[in-house]
Amino acid sequence: MSADREPQRRSHAAPPRGLGFRTPRSHRLVEFVIAVVAVGALAALLAIVVFVAREALPLLWEPGSLADLVVPRRWAGYDGPALAWQPVGAEPKLNVVPLLVGTLKVTVLTMLVSAPLGVACAIYVAKLAPRGLREWLKPAIEVLAAVPSVVLGFFALVAIADVVEATLGLTYRLNGLVAALGLSLAVVPVVFTISEDALSSVPRSLEEAALALGARRWQVVLRVIVPAALPGLASAVLLGLGRAAGETMIVLMASGNAAVVRLLDPTSSVRTVTATIAGELGEVAQGDRHWRVLFLLGLLLLALTWGLQRLGALVISRLRRRWSAENA
Amino acid sequence: MSVTTRTGPPEATKMSAHEVTVRYGDARAIRGVSMAIRDRRVTSLIGPSGCGKTTFLRSLNRLNDGVDGARLEGRILLDGQDIYAPGIDPVAVRRRVGMVFQRANPFPRSVFENVAFGLRIAGERDAQRIARRVEESLRAAALWDEVKDRLDESALALSGGQQQRLCIARAVAVKPEVLLMDEPASAVDPIATAKIEELIRELRSDYTIVIVTHNMHQAARVSDYTAFFNLGELIEFDETERLFTRPSVPRTEDYITGRFG
Repeated sequence: MSADREPQRRSHAAPPRGLGFRTPRSHRLVEFVIAVVAVGALAALLAIVVFVAREALPLLWEPGSLADLVVPRRWAGYDGPALAWQPVGAEPKLNVVPLLVGTLKVTVLTMLVSAPLGVACAIYVAKLAPRGLREWLKPAIEVLAAVPSVVLGFFALVAIADVVEATLGLTYRLNGLVAALGLSLAVVPVVFTISEDALSSVPRSLEEAALALGARRWQVVLRVIVPAALPGLASAVLLGLGRAAGETMIVLMASGNAAVVRLLDPTSSVRTVTATIAGELGEVAQGDRHWRVLFLLGLLLLALTWGLQRLGALVISRLRRRWSAENA
Repeated sequence: MSVTTRTGPPEATKMSAHEVTVRYGDARAIRGVSMAIRDRRVTSLIGPSGCGKTTFLRSLNRLNDGVDGARLEGRILLDGQDIYAPGIDPVAVRRRVGMVFQRANPFPRSVFENVAFGLRIAGERDAQRIARRVEESLRAAALWDEVKDRLDESALALSGGQQQRLCIARAVAVKPEVLLMDEPASAVDPIATAKIEELIRELRSDYTIVIVTHNMHQAARVSDYTAFFNLGELIEFDETERLFTRPSVPRTEDYITGRFG
């Protein structure tokens, strides 16, 4: 934009007498409105962080052990020290570790399914599918991104759970795996869309260079296009990861919601950070310790998704720099 | 990767086009082009923008196959064999007919890996043989002395002219018999242009070269034969010297004397 303005200013360098240098009022008004909107968006973001932090921070000085939030403890009636999230009861157990384990487990399982599937779909649609098929497939997968997550959750709860239960012969019908498969329905379109963009933006000239050297179609794709699009594919996976960690409704409906701490067992029930906040915040007394811990969880989630976003942005900027080096 | 065997005397016909018409969808790019390309000679294709010279060049190694809606009628022969006949593998054709593009298009990898690419995809695994061929090819492209200490650096760090010679080295590395060049010197500075032209004259002893150029002086300097295209048709094809000094078609004379184009 500044490049546009530069020559204009020069042409006004010697204006006729009586003509001022001031920007016309209407233009100043427009710029002012744009600035207000931009500042408003930033202010809203800041307000969210401040609000969430304000509710969580009193944990630092209010009665109750901070260690209990993260360290195993031997609760009354337990055989040994345990990590437990049972916020309601005579002795509320507010250990966040089971929830973090739950989120980690569901997220990792989801990405194990979604990353390969989303990227593979993108490779097929962008570079291998015949033109006619591509024009159907691309919108079809993208429409999946527009399905409300409660519908996907319902589908996971009813259909996916049946299939998983029957296939693996499970005792508990709703579990981490079912949630992860349901979540994949929401994450695959995210990974697909960005990957497809990255693959399509690899210059056609590189493809032709490889073809002219006698490369077969799959060699062009695997040895030229995918490596060139790699940073874009990485940021697609990272954005998918952010969606997986932050998604609420599907896991709330399909994960079973028992805060079981079994990191390596995909078929145990899990309770994620997001589902906990969604499920409990409406029923807890304001200002209660439980209330505060839920906000702490929100803060952790915010930090996590923000971190992923930054990482994604970093990767994208590296991609841009790489291609601009070629054009130089 | 056996050593390429050359057949016939130097003046033999390496490739030939017979009534070649290429359409993109409904638009006809070239019509009824027939000409012969002599073995180990430089043939240049000249003509105004949009005259179909690049389309013709790209049909010589079936690179238009990947363009949506492109269709070819007529026959193109390579050593007497129709490269568009059913059952012909376009990849096999492209291994024998290499190409250098208008804009240098090195892969975003090291200098070495760019030149080694064609060998690797053809299944060559022997590291020593690859290293030897990379050096040979870079020498053939008159680039070895400039890059021998930076083989592991990104090819994108080279200058524009060096990148284009790297692309020539990359094309030469797979030992094609025919080398197609689409305005190889149009995007580089005059010094780099001179180097590329010198290179073309040197490569002539080993390769059959077809070069598209919009620069008539370049055609006169580097080529043995010249074909003049206009509006999708081959207007005149002759030895370069004769075409530039005594063109037989008035249209050709108008073009080379600068009356249109």
